[in-house]
Amino acid sequence: MSARLKMILGRVAQAIPVVMGVVVISFLLTRAMPGDPAAYFAGPAADEASIAEIREALGLDKPLFQQFFLYVGDLVRGDLGTSLTTGQTVMSDLAARLPASLELTLVALLLSCAIAIPLGVLAATRPGTWVDHMCRILVTAGVSMPTFFTGIVLIYVFYYLAGLAPSPLGRLDFIYLSPPHVTGFYLIDAALAGDWETWFGAFKQLILPAMTLALFTLAPIARMTRAAMLSALSSDFIRTARAAGLGSRKVLYGYAFRNALLPVVTTLGMVFSFTLGANVLVEKVFAWPGIGSYAVEALVVSDYAAVQGFVLAMALLFVALNLVIDIAYALIDPRIGLN
Amino acid sequence: MTDASRRTFLKLTGGTVGAAMLPFLKAMPAQAQANGRIVVVSGQTINSLDLHRKGTNRASYQVAVNCYDRLVSFGTKDTPGGGLSYNYDVIEPELAESWTISDDGLTMTFKLKSDATFWDGRKVTAADVKWSFDRAVSAGGFPTVQMKAGGLERPDQFEAVDDETFAITLDKPSKLTLPDLAVPVPFIINSEVAKANATEDDPWAMEYLHVTPAGSGAFKVVRWDQGQQLVYERNDAWVGGPLPSFEQVIVREVPSPATRRALVERGDVQMSFNIPNKDASELDAMDGVDVYSTPIENCIHCLCPNFNFEPFQDANVRKALAYAIPYEAIFQTAAYSRGAPMWGGEVEINDTAWPRKSPFMTDMVKAKEHMAASGFSSGFEVPLSISLGLADWMEPTALLMQEAFAEIGIKTEIEKIPGANWRSAALVEKRLPLHLENFGGWLNTPDYYFFWAYKHGHLFNSSNYLNEEIEQLVDSTLHIPTDDPAYAPNIKRMFEIAFEDLPRIPLWQPALNVAMNGAAGYEFWFHRQLDVRPLTTATA
Repeated sequence: MSARLKMILGRVAQAIPVVMGVVVISFLLTRAMPGDPAAYFAGPAADEASIAEIREALGLDKPLFQQFFLYVGDLVRGDLGTSLTTGQTVMSDLAARLPASLELTLVALLLSCAIAIPLGVLAATRPGTWVDHMCRILVTAGVSMPTFFTGIVLIYVFYYLAGLAPSPLGRLDFIYLSPPHVTGFYLIDAALAGDWETWFGAFKQLILPAMTLALFTLAPIARMTRAAMLSALSSDFIRTARAAGLGSRKVLYGYAFRNALLPVVTTLGMVFSFTLGANVLVEKVFAWPGIGSYAVEALVVSDYAAVQGFVLAMALLFVALNLVIDIAYALIDPRIGLN
Repeated sequence: MTDASRRTFLKLTGGTVGAAMLPFLKAMPAQAQANGRIVVVSGQTINSLDLHRKGTNRASYQVAVNCYDRLVSFGTKDTPGGGLSYNYDVIEPELAESWTISDDGLTMTFKLKSDATFWDGRKVTAADVKWSFDRAVSAGGFPTVQMKAGGLERPDQFEAVDDETFAITLDKPSKLTLPDLAVPVPFIINSEVAKANATEDDPWAMEYLHVTPAGSGAFKVVRWDQGQQLVYERNDAWVGGPLPSFEQVIVREVPSPATRRALVERGDVQMSFNIPNKDASELDAMDGVDVYSTPIENCIHCLCPNFNFEPFQDANVRKALAYAIPYEAIFQTAAYSRGAPMWGGEVEINDTAWPRKSPFMTDMVKAKEHMAASGFSSGFEVPLSISLGLADWMEPTALLMQEAFAEIGIKTEIEKIPGANWRSAALVEKRLPLHLENFGGWLNTPDYYFFWAYKHGHLFNSSNYLNEEIEQLVDSTLHIPTDDPAYAPNIKRMFEIAFEDLPRIPLWQPALNVAMNGAAGYEFWFHRQLDVRPLTTATA
């Protein structure tokens, strides 16, 4: 077990140059963006003097080199700066918004997996039948509809027409209060506080946006499961297992599925990271205070600190995610070590 | 969940944690029953609770309006389309009980209401007013510029004579000073609370007031979740005006217009603030939802030909543009006919009404005549610049113009500029040869509009227009009273020159649209932000 720990530490150490690279690139890219944040935030009626004041307050009057060292110095002290768009420190913005996005994405992926993996397995065991065709139709429909469209249609049907869904007002209806902050995940925090009324309220708000995202992420997972299962089912060891007279359940789930899981987990990691950054439109439609819309708003107005903080947070998240996936590999397939 | 169980839940949570936990309570107070509460949705985000702070955006001005008082406020009037509007011509008391202006117009003395208190119960004194005004003129940026418009530039102009008397000394008398005290900027802060939280680096307590308002206004902020919601709660001891009918106002941020529309149509929220023109025209046709579209005073959407670009130095080319614009089509497509047309007016100028219709209308024959008479009869190419941040009206407008200008030989390419660059390119560097612009003045007099948009070098004169007579007319008119004998002739002359020289070709006066379902009492303000104080339930 200590060997495994050493491996994990080694992997974390490997991530350090990556993160350093991200720091440099995010700094340079934000500076290369067109636009003058000082002029923008001075407001439409500001004069030259007040723009210069803001530029000085932001440290943008200094040479690029000096700005970079100041930025790195702040980073080392754990200070990500203050976002001009939200008026809050980037750290508190990320602390509030990253859990919101993670909660939504994770619930959506759980939902997506719960549908896509059985569907993919079914389609692979019965290729060419109606199950296979239905799977194909569902995933094509899911992936070909843009998320904001699916989101608006779901709101229209389940909220506007049927009145079943709660008001699409973000993470909680105004009647509830956010649970005491522990993790930032409302479902977890409310459960920890034992406040099931709020838990249920947060859960209800999650259903529609999670369905929207799940529909979109269904396709890659279902298709990958189907393809991986097909190739696993046609391989020699399955034939051997069948010839040895093992039961069909044992063959399907004990051998074929376990082998097919590897590419599915890889896809899952990719889908997760993609979804986390790319669900801006879902966030907008459901007024979800997530990280995607935060980053886009910040980019549009050249809000340097916010953009850098976002990129850095995502980079760290990816490093962690890759680590988790690598560990999952090792658990699924003992032949794969951590190095 | 049904309404009844929501209320029970509220009572349960409200019982455990009360309003004592200000400024950011953890639970909604028990007294905030559903009938005393209004929920408003808006697409804009609030980024500070302090208007004076650098970087505070427009949406945040509503906190200055709802949570703080000024010395004076504007009156209320009915708008022609139904609904209410502030009244620029009537100044009413807010924190000041009365005021006098010396005969030479240089000294203004305000008597404060003796029963006015801050939220912490302390009496509002002239020292608080002085501290707040000093802060506004010293903060830099927009607040300082706005104060300057009313002739308020230095702390030594303000004096706390005694606890209830505050005096302003002006360098020159100006008709703009009193109205400028009623705009959101000169709001009065509890200076004791602020000073207790000030530091050496931050003498004006910008960091503290940024998240913790300290005022005497009609509402307190009990909860602010940036990017999500702002919860106001009524200050029952407010003396600035009639006590608001709602005990609690919740402003929720919902970025998607489609979602906001669904919410207000269903009646789950009582108000959707600043809705798109398209939604306004469609909701207007529906039962149950009331739509108020108020043309924004002293604001005009314009096409600006830049005098730095050689062909636009030719008056005939500018007139050709003005005759070629498909005004009606643009007004229908880009504005869904919300607002007021600004074309096809009378040639003779008999009054000082502003914004006013230009004497131009779509007339391709005349446009071609002017092009032929110009030094550029064979046409030319020019980029037509728009801001991506204002693409909702600029893009359809530019597309229709592009088509029309091609007919008179002006080939345009639409250049889309990101919102963050727009201000630098259009207003600061003034380098866009042909572009759309939409200045609106807070102080509602035509000379104030001309001061910002027609005087050379001024921020909103993005056409680099310079006319000596305009310079001199604006300077001599800006501060004189509107009943001065020179006022009306000067203003009319400005209009004549503006329509002859055409540095800004008026298109239409935009509207601010608000949809309400189950609430009433909405009042339009020049600052285009939500004043929650006059709102009432629909039946009241």
